[in-house]
Amino acid sequence: MTLRIDGTDHELTVDTRTTLLDALRERAGNTSPKKGCDHGQCGSCTVLLDGRRHLTCLALAVAYDGAEIVTAAGLAGPADEGDLHPVQQAFITHDGFQCGYCTPGQVCSAVGMLEEAGRGAPSHVTADLEADVDLTDEEIRERMSGNLCRCGAYAGILGAIRESAGR
Amino acid sequence: MRPLTYAAPATAAEAVSAVRGDPQARFLGGGTNLVDHLKLGVSTPGRLVDISRLPLDTVEQTEAGVRIGTNVRNSDLAAYPLLRSGWPGVSRALLAGASGQIRNQATTGGNLLQRTRCVYFQDVTTPCNKREPGSGCSALEGYGRYNAVLGASEACVATHPSDLAVALTALDAVVVVLGSDGERRVPMVELHTLPGHHPEIETTLSHGELITAVELPATPLARRSTYVKTRDRASYAFALVSVAAAVTLDDDGAVADIALAWGGVAHKPWRAARAEATLRGRRPDEPAIAAAVEKELREAAFGPHTAYKRPLLRGATTEALSRLLGGLDGKSDGTSEQEGAR
Repeated sequence: MTLRIDGTDHELTVDTRTTLLDALRERAGNTSPKKGCDHGQCGSCTVLLDGRRHLTCLALAVAYDGAEIVTAAGLAGPADEGDLHPVQQAFITHDGFQCGYCTPGQVCSAVGMLEEAGRGAPSHVTADLEADVDLTDEEIRERMSGNLCRCGAYAGILGAIRESAGR
Repeated sequence: MRPLTYAAPATAAEAVSAVRGDPQARFLGGGTNLVDHLKLGVSTPGRLVDISRLPLDTVEQTEAGVRIGTNVRNSDLAAYPLLRSGWPGVSRALLAGASGQIRNQATTGGNLLQRTRCVYFQDVTTPCNKREPGSGCSALEGYGRYNAVLGASEACVATHPSDLAVALTALDAVVVVLGSDGERRVPMVELHTLPGHHPEIETTLSHGELITAVELPATPLARRSTYVKTRDRASYAFALVSVAAAVTLDDDGAVADIALAWGGVAHKPWRAARAEATLRGRRPDEPAIAAAVEKELREAAFGPHTAYKRPLLRGATTEALSRLLGGLDGKSDGTSEQEGAR
């Protein structure tokens, strides 16, 4: 099977039981997505899959032949140019990293969430389903609720996303 | 995880035939529940038949309403403009479920066929009649906060976890099913079964039958629908109880038409038909709603761990109708910005 990971094609032969997360980390050598709970409850394995935020621990690799995957590592520009994605820079500015384990998933989730809100997708806390989305703190918290942080970087992450959303 | 083979047929008919002919085969949709069960050892199929790339991923407006392909992702369906205006209760139920990432992955048909989150069902070291028929039920004497209070049996007290299914049950959805003999249509209320002596049987589908679509009839009632979910934290948790509601009033302020379904109370989404009948023709004030809820709960069985669900159902049902009506007589709760008030 083929996975396009952070812009590079990877030809892999995998056991049918291999999750996308294990294929990324153990086979393709991309350790940006983290294995936290491994049961879809913490969000640390989040990547952008075909442009949308997606858990990789609850996905079997074989079912995603041909998929385009962008991890937190691939969001930044080439290393020699040193350009971070604006959301990554905002995480640094607002001290949203802390221990850093959940950070790649948080960053990918934030990028995906901003895209979803940008095209007007409502959330559980959106009062009017047919109105434009206003990314209030309540909206950001709800939309990021699939990503857990044990050390408590939430306040910084909220600030980083608020800035990235232009608020 | 046990060894298994994988196939991704090109057509729905081939997928049906592949599963039909192999008792150890299972359909794979978005996988958010099944892949977890493969890891936990709860599900041990020998063969996965991936249907997630079949072109059953469109939402179509029909003469009667809307037809939703089984592979439409929960996030896409929730955001679909036609759903947001015509069936807001369905949109809200989807948005109340899981997380942003999981909604991007989970599918319409898979959502309906997800399995209970009863902790004993998911823990293979404990007896569970649903996972291993005849082994016993650990939930009866164990941790019981999530247990069913309606329609349960001595064999099983598990609840169905889907939010979407509750909204679809209230709004008279029909599930389109493809089998080896062709297509048939199953009303949502007949899709899931009560446990009885066979809690391992959860639906009226036979092995190899594939949900290809869900149809929702367009009604004035559906346009005035909502979904109230109560849970232990503000987001990303399964329902303690939930309420899908829709209501219209006549000129005298009495209930002209009403639909109510509850989640978190039974082995299946629970259509509260007795409560609906009690409220029809009456002014929907708090005492009337409380009486209707009690009528529906007449045969309910509450234990020490589930006693809290009685007042919670009363409160959540009242809240849902209050949102739709912009407040109740003698009760204005400031939620008049919701769908029903517009």
